[in-house]
Parts: sequence; C-alpha cells; structure tokens
Amino acid sequence: MTSEYLILSAVLFCIGVGGVLIRRNPLVIFMSIELMLNAANLALVTFARARGDLGGQAGAFFVMVCAAAEVVVGLAIIVTVFRSKRSIDIDDMTLLSGAPGAEGGSLA
Amino acid sequence: MSQDLLYLAPIISVFAGALLGLLVEALAPRVYRFEAQTCLSGATLVVALIFAIRTFLSSNSRKTAVLGSVTVDGPTLGIWMLLLGFAIGAVVLMAERRAHGQTSAFTAQAATTPGSPDERAFLAARNEHTEVFVLLMFAVGGMLVFPAACDFLTAFVSLEVLSLPLYLLAGLARRNRAISQEAALKYFLLGALSSAIFIYGVALIYGSTGSFDYAQIADSLGQLKTSDKTIYAGLGLVIVGLLFKMGVAPFHVWVPDVYAGSPTAVSAFMAVCTKLAAVGATIRILFVPLGGLRWSWMLPLACIAVLSMLVGAIFGLTQRNLKRLLGYSSIAHAGFILMAIAMATTGVVGTQVGEFGSVGVSLFYMLAYGLATLGAFAITLLVRSSGGTEASEIYVWTGFGRRNPWYGIAMVVFMLSLAGMPLTAGFIAKLYVFALAWFNGYAWLAIAGLTLSLLTAAMYLKVIRLLFLSGGAAPSGSDNDQPTPTTSQASKPLNALIALCVMGTVFFGLLPSQFGNIAAAASVLLR
Repeated sequence: MTSEYLILSAVLFCIGVGGVLIRRNPLVIFMSIELMLNAANLALVTFARARGDLGGQAGAFFVMVCAAAEVVVGLAIIVTVFRSKRSIDIDDMTLLSGAPGAEGGSLA
Repeated sequence: MSQDLLYLAPIISVFAGALLGLLVEALAPRVYRFEAQTCLSGATLVVALIFAIRTFLSSNSRKTAVLGSVTVDGPTLGIWMLLLGFAIGAVVLMAERRAHGQTSAFTAQAATTPGSPDERAFLAARNEHTEVFVLLMFAVGGMLVFPAACDFLTAFVSLEVLSLPLYLLAGLARRNRAISQEAALKYFLLGALSSAIFIYGVALIYGSTGSFDYAQIADSLGQLKTSDKTIYAGLGLVIVGLLFKMGVAPFHVWVPDVYAGSPTAVSAFMAVCTKLAAVGATIRILFVPLGGLRWSWMLPLACIAVLSMLVGAIFGLTQRNLKRLLGYSSIAHAGFILMAIAMATTGVVGTQVGEFGSVGVSLFYMLAYGLATLGAFAITLLVRSSGGTEASEIYVWTGFGRRNPWYGIAMVVFMLSLAGMPLTAGFIAKLYVFALAWFNGYAWLAIAGLTLSLLTAAMYLKVIRLLFLSGGAAPSGSDNDQPTPTTSQASKPLNALIALCVMGTVFFGLLPSQFGNIAAAASVLLR
C-alpha cells in the first residue's frame, strides 16, 4: 500500500531537481529545494509507516525544523541581493562568473 | 554521565562560547565589542582544543556519548584537534584590522544597500559587525558534531548548523559588497540543494535498513535481499551530498565563485575547516554504516578523485585571480584526499610509509593542506590595490616577493607545499596517499595521481615565478591605469600565524614521523 506514496515522493523530488535546474528566479529555485526536502519527508514517513517504526516520523520533524531555519537565512540573503541589484534573475549574477570583465575574470 | 560531559566538552564549550558571544553583543558597549568578541572566541577555541587534547591523551578515549548520537573515538579527536587549531587561525584572520586600515574586513551594516547614503553614514561612523565571531563559533560547533555524529539525523542537523552561518558570513564583505552578496546567494542555493539531496539519500537508506543509527545500518546490511536496490540509490545520493560539501569535481562549481567573492578570512575558513569537517563525516559515513558496500563505492570514488584532480589542475592553470586559483587548488586537493578515502583501509599495520590506513593519511593530508592554504590566504589579505581594496588579481602580485622578501619566501613555501615539493609537508602527504593506493592494488590510481600532481604543480610554479619577477605593470588591455599595488602592514597575531604556518609546513616535511604516531593512534574508527 505504501509504494504509491514512495512513487509520489520520487516524483516530487524529481520535480524539485528539475525546478532547480530550469527556473531562473532564486525564490522559485528555493521553493523547488523545499519541495525536495518535503519529498524526503514523505519518504521518511512512508517508510516509518511500512516498518511500524517511529524513527522516520521523528526524522521528518528534524527536517522540517532545518528547512524553516534555512528559509530564514535564505530569504534574508535573497532580499539583500534584490535590494542591491534591483533584480534577482540568476542570469544576471555574472559578477563572479570568471568571464572576461567580471571580478576574477580568467582573462583579466 | 559526567564522563559523557567530559567527552563532549569541546562541543559544549564552543556552543557556550557562541551563546556568551550573543550576550556580549547585547550588553557590551560598542567600543569594546570587537576586542571582547575576538578574545572570547579565541579563548573558547583554545579551551575546546585543550579539552580535545586531554581526551586524546587519556587512554580510554573511545566512547559513544549522548544516547549513541555522537562517537568520540580516535578519528573524531584527530579531526577535532586539527579543526580547532585551524579555527583559531581563522579567528586571527577575521580579527585583522591593521591590514584593512584599522577597520574589520566585514560590512559596517549588512542591512544597508551598497552605495546608499545609509551605508556611507555607517562607514563614516566606523561601524563594525562583531556578530561575525558568533557566527563563526556556531559554524565551528556544527563542524565538531558533523564528523562525530553516529546517526544520520545528527549528521543532517549538524550539517545545517555548520552551513547556515557560513552562507551569511560569505555575504558580509566590507568592500565589493555586491560581489560578496552574489557569492552568498550562489553558496546558499547550491548548499541547500546538496542538503536536500543528502536527506533524500538518508530517507532511502532508512527505508531499506529501518534505522538512522550507523551501527544498526551496518548490521542490517547483511540481511538485505539482493533484489533490494534502494540502498544503492541512498548510498549514491548521500555521497553526492557529502562531495558537494567537500568541493569535489563534478560538484565543485560553487567553490571558485564563493572563495573569490567572500571576505578572505571566510574563504580561508571555508577552504580549511569546512573541508576538514566534510572529510571527517565522509570517512565515518562511508566506513561505518556503508562499509559493507565498499566494493560498490571504491571504484566510482577513485574515478571521481581522478576527475577532481584533473579539473583542479587544468582550470587552476587558466585563472588570473589568486583566490579563484586557491579555489581550484582546493578542488584538486579534495581529489587527493578522496583518493585516500577510496582505498578504504582502516587497519593500521605500522607507522612506516605505506602502512597507514585511509584515516591517518587523510588527517595528515588535511594538516599539510590546511597549513599551506591558511597561510596563503593570510598573505592574500595583505596585498592591496591603490584604492585600498584587496587586490587578488594575479598581475598585482608581480614582484611582490622582491618588495617583501619575508612574505615572498613564506608564499613560496606554501606554494611548494601545495605543489608537493620535497622538504615540505605537502610532499609527505602526497607520498602517503600514493603509497596507500599503490600498496592496495590501485597502481593505476597512484600513477594517475602522480602525473596529475605534476600538472597541479604548474599553477603554483606560475605564482612563484610572478612573485619574483621585476616590475608591477598591469598587462596591456587592462582598464586599470597602472595600479600601484601596496602591501599593508599586518598586525602581530597575523604575522605570527603566517610564521607558524611556515614552520609547521617545513617541520612536518622534515619530521613527518612526529605526526605519524598521532595519526596512527587516531586511525581506529569505533562503530
């Protein structure tokens, strides 16, 4: 009975990875990462249910707390970057690209 | 119980120091805060180091504490001692004000927008963020727990505890703030991604073995059905998460950007301490719970190690920025360490070359790499462009060794050690790694490593050649009108740190057996 939930969890994880790779807005990328964490939570809870063991359910709480702490730090960083650049498009983050003209550019 | 507390004393004292630091932040008057925080964090780390050494010297220093969540055994204590020692060096780098014109290297007020009137007001008031020391202490606390953790939940939580302060520290530079913030954003997104991958791998391992506990996972590996492939998916995802933190080649993209954009002290801290904690955790996770699967991870890891050395060597050669070059150098060195880990021999036969296990060799390699890298970043801190900002563009360094012979010689020692030249610690470390591979039947890996170490030497020799060339002219085609690079005066602690790094590099290069005995004692992992 639990395999449906595991498949759902795997699908969510893949959507998350796809979102990180495809989307260009850090907020959406960050939401995709949260989706991956929640996919892990779903897998943990499902396995705990299948094995009749409480450890996995407790683990899900630890993951949630860490995810919340990550949100605090992450949003702070994203807001700071937005305020100094007026843009948060990942494609605009080229100061450190190693490209010509950029800081640390390999062609100086 | 009291015995437990004694084993945990380094962790407890670091976290207590961090909390005290928060109190100092709230209560101490602004003028005293910088000195107070520097002294507090330095003293706390020294106390923690003394506790770690004391536990290491006492005979029964192998113990599981706190409901079996943390193991204090030889490798843990070895990593703790190195980690705390290098963290003290990082505090010295962070506390450096003289080289930055009597202000700290961290932003006056992180909340202000770069270039705004608010920012100018705070800069004029010579405001300083002293919270950076507290952030450093919390990160060190997480780094102490990460390699000692013996269940996956503790490992995940400590991974987050060490990462979150580092994301913030990366974005707090005083000058070039936009670049620093961009580095923080990149580090944060990729770091969060790697944590998510790690925890999904943990969930899969939990699913197939029914436990988070390393020892129980190791026990239940034997009872797995051969049709059960979930554990392999979990193994792969956990390894990817760990290699991200170590900065090994296919997962290295963040390393050069983050090292180049962060304040130099923070780059040094990340390059040495974060890597050390990640190496320790990788060793424990691969050897204890997943050791039964070693036949499926040894060869892939050996190939990744070769790839990492190759990427570090080739891209390092093309870099024109010293901090980026050190980033690629750290990728190459992560490859060498991974080579030692991939050999998966824990047993210690003796203290001769070729008789060490993976743990002892990794520890010695981290010692050699850490001394040279910390010293190189410390000297990078001193070179300024005419505007007073840090100039890590490599042409600024032309003739640096002629103008400042002492710093020049120190830099040459660090570069030679990183390149693995004889009479330096880096040579002995590489010798141990190659001998380990050779005697464990991976002759091709030893030969590949030897070839690639010659290739990596090229980038360090390029720096050495620049140091002693005459003149300091910018290359044609640069927009800068003849920047006149200056070397700022370093404070006494920073000079002492550079001198210690030089002495350590030479000492362990001449007398490696001094460390050999310690590494041998620190080799046995407790399940």
